[in-house]
Amino acid sequence: MLDELFTISTLVGILHSCVRLATPYLFAALGETFGQRSGVLNLGVDGIMLMGAFFAFYAVFEGHNLWVGVLVAIAIGVLMGLLKAFVSVTMQSLQGISGIGLYLFGLGLSSLLFKTLIGSVEGVSGFRQLAIPLLSDIPGLGHILFNHNALVYLAYLMVPLSWFVINRTTLGLKIRAVGHNPEAADTLGVSVNGVRYATLMIGGALAAVAGASLSIGLQNVFQENMTNGLGFIAVALVYFGSWRTVGVLGGSLLFSLVNALQLWVQALDIPVPSEVAVMMPYIMTIVVLAFTARQIQKPAALARSYERGE
Amino acid sequence: MGTGQSRLEDQIVYGIAGPTGGHRAVNFRLNAPYVQMYGIVKRYPGVLACDHVDFDVRRGEVHALLGENGAGKSTLMRILYGLYQPDEGRILRDGAEVTIHSPTDAIRQGIGMIHQHFMLVDTLTVTENVALGLKSSREPLLDLGRVEVGIRELSGAYGLQIDPSAPVWTLSVGERQRVEIMKALYRGAAMLILDEPTAVLTPQEVEELFVTLGYMKENGYSLVLISHKLQEVLAISDRITVLREGRLVGTVPTEDMTRHELARMMVGRDVMLERTRDDEIDVGDVKLRLEDVRAQDVTGQPALRGVSLSVQSGEILGVAGISGNGQRELAEVVAGLRPISGGSVEMDGMPITDWTTARRTESGLAYIPEERMHDGIVRDFAVSENLVLQEHTSDKFSNGIFLAFDYIARYSRQMIQDFYIKTPDIRTMTRNLSGGNIQRLILARELSRRPKVLVAAQPTRGIDIGAIEYIYQQLLEQRDTGMATLLISEDLDELLALCDRIAVIYEGQIMDIVDRDETTAAELGLLMAGVHREKQ
Ligand SMILES: Nc1ncnc2c1ncn2[C@@H]1O[C@H](COP(=O)(O)OP(=O)(O)O)[C@@H](O)[C@H]1O
Ligand SMILES: [Mg+2]
Repeated sequence: MLDELFTISTLVGILHSCVRLATPYLFAALGETFGQRSGVLNLGVDGIMLMGAFFAFYAVFEGHNLWVGVLVAIAIGVLMGLLKAFVSVTMQSLQGISGIGLYLFGLGLSSLLFKTLIGSVEGVSGFRQLAIPLLSDIPGLGHILFNHNALVYLAYLMVPLSWFVINRTTLGLKIRAVGHNPEAADTLGVSVNGVRYATLMIGGALAAVAGASLSIGLQNVFQENMTNGLGFIAVALVYFGSWRTVGVLGGSLLFSLVNALQLWVQALDIPVPSEVAVMMPYIMTIVVLAFTARQIQKPAALARSYERGE
Repeated sequence: MGTGQSRLEDQIVYGIAGPTGGHRAVNFRLNAPYVQMYGIVKRYPGVLACDHVDFDVRRGEVHALLGENGAGKSTLMRILYGLYQPDEGRILRDGAEVTIHSPTDAIRQGIGMIHQHFMLVDTLTVTENVALGLKSSREPLLDLGRVEVGIRELSGAYGLQIDPSAPVWTLSVGERQRVEIMKALYRGAAMLILDEPTAVLTPQEVEELFVTLGYMKENGYSLVLISHKLQEVLAISDRITVLREGRLVGTVPTEDMTRHELARMMVGRDVMLERTRDDEIDVGDVKLRLEDVRAQDVTGQPALRGVSLSVQSGEILGVAGISGNGQRELAEVVAGLRPISGGSVEMDGMPITDWTTARRTESGLAYIPEERMHDGIVRDFAVSENLVLQEHTSDKFSNGIFLAFDYIARYSRQMIQDFYIKTPDIRTMTRNLSGGNIQRLILARELSRRPKVLVAAQPTRGIDIGAIEYIYQQLLEQRDTGMATLLISEDLDELLALCDRIAVIYEGQIMDIVDRDETTAAELGLLMAGVHREKQ
């Protein structure tokens, strides 16, 4: 039975799943990267994802266009980002705790709305496979890389785009400065809080799209707590990737590969207890965090709120 | 930039160097005040930091702001830079009243400030630090190429050597300061305030800084140099304003002043900082000897890599060096607070390597630690308790079980009198004393035991000139009675004034040990930078 895992077609299948399943990780972790680079730790990603997943699903369920679903998710994500910013930046509450609060809020509200507005588990037809002409005809590779839905491509597009914003724009320079030395940025007239509001709104939007990519892209259903803590793994991925977009990409692929393997191991009925397979991503998170705890790249002001001293 | 009209006039009339404008022929009215401050008052709870102070800066001048610690120098200038708001007073720029609410406002008025603690993002490059917060020419994209060209131009014109592409964390302290100056120049500052800029520099770096300031002055910049070092103020300034306890003592042309007159203005009485003994040193036996001592710093990195030195009775051996080269570990090794990983330490001919701190103290070692608030006293103890901290178990102060409170009280009053410790009472909490008085307290405790060996780490850092004078006197008096002193200091003037010999430490090794009478600050500076004598 184990041989089945090693046939060409199975390998192509696994890699295709890996590329596809990285989508929510990428959106959520890239969004979190913006916040953390500016010095704000947002542990509420999972809650924002759930809200994004629900609203995108609900819009589509009610007959709207898929892209309308994505836009609704973005709007909700921005609002949740604003809420996080108000609590952590303006009110200067402890960032870790307020993030957990945001998570619980998102988890509870999305479940409640689901129960009252939909009630039972329903399916929608989400984003369809969009084979890229010519490229998708390459044997093996074509299927792995170029036979996905639009949100998958968009997630990978976000990698260079995020890199560009962080490293090549004036906003990116402010983000990096504010995350490392808010006092210095302040004396140069950079609005520390303004920058942090911006990154949390960007992060919220991306987290919500990550949720939407589950409910109208990959799974095409909405269930209570359907993220299963994926948002927390996304936070860990930012550490894993040393706050760099390429690192986040690498980490996302690694985790989605484990996910893909787990799915295929189950699909092929290979005798590994399914609980072990399901646990893998979480065990990896812990291992990864244990080894990346001390990092030079870490924004020095991460999780510290800023107040101008007199 | 905000006040577009007048800024533009400045650029034309006064030829301010800017990234876009480049350098124009200088055409400024010398002696015209650029900034005037009138009747500035700033109150803090219990302190009047500035008490109706007037101050002005002209174009093309270096104006020194001199005063002891706590005189209000930084406060006055932070008000001008918009970091603090004054309670009273007016600020004029080019004769017109202005209000400055933030550093951004100050920069708009052409005022830049270099802080004691640098405001740099050390993960960013020099260019990125300069560009931060500025509008880019192709917003929202960065335009670092253009900024770099501007930096190179300014760096050539003012002798500010820096590599624009270097990340700031790789730079030395002197280089970081240049980045700070660059930031201000690039933003089109016409006036620069430097808050104690030389405190962190080697003598060579100080010279380079002064050359840069010289160029800037010639180009019509207004410069304010905050300092409490008489020598450098006399060396570089055109006028000097002296503050004392928040009040203006006076503003005088530098050429009319001597060191002594300035010191008197600063302290309010005559001050003696010169060496009091001119006769030949008559030194005795070796009291402290270190042989090939090796030790690690808190992070486990080697901090001392084979240090050998000896101090004789009746001698002060100085240890010069830029901070972080092993001085702290050296002091701690001798005091018995840090284990050594190799070599030996001897006191009075006996190996003390394995002795505890308490045993070393009983045998005649005294220690004035660098972190006086932290290691020298217990902040929440009364003055009298701190005075007997070291010997509280000795027969003098206790009968084995109980402390002899009456005697301790009498003893404390005597100490307070003998060592001129200014405190309301012997029961006052020690943390309420000023830095200078805390240092006198430590000195009283350590020196009244008549130690054979004294290790003093940065004993005058951050202390008033009046207290410094007293500490110098005490060190010299004790030396004359035969104490062996290891004096660790970053202040070369201090070492040259007090020491008989000076050892220079660099990266955990002694570069050289030189006679005080046969060396110069320049030579010591090179040794401190790790340049061997043969190569100088
Ligand atoms: N933020 C502050 N809060 C309270 N007191 C302050 C503050 N800043 C300065 N002071 C007090 O004001 C006085 C002047 O301080 P400062 O301007 O720093 O002196 P200098 O720079 O001349 O050493 C000191 O007594 C100091 O303790
Ligand atoms: Mg000061």
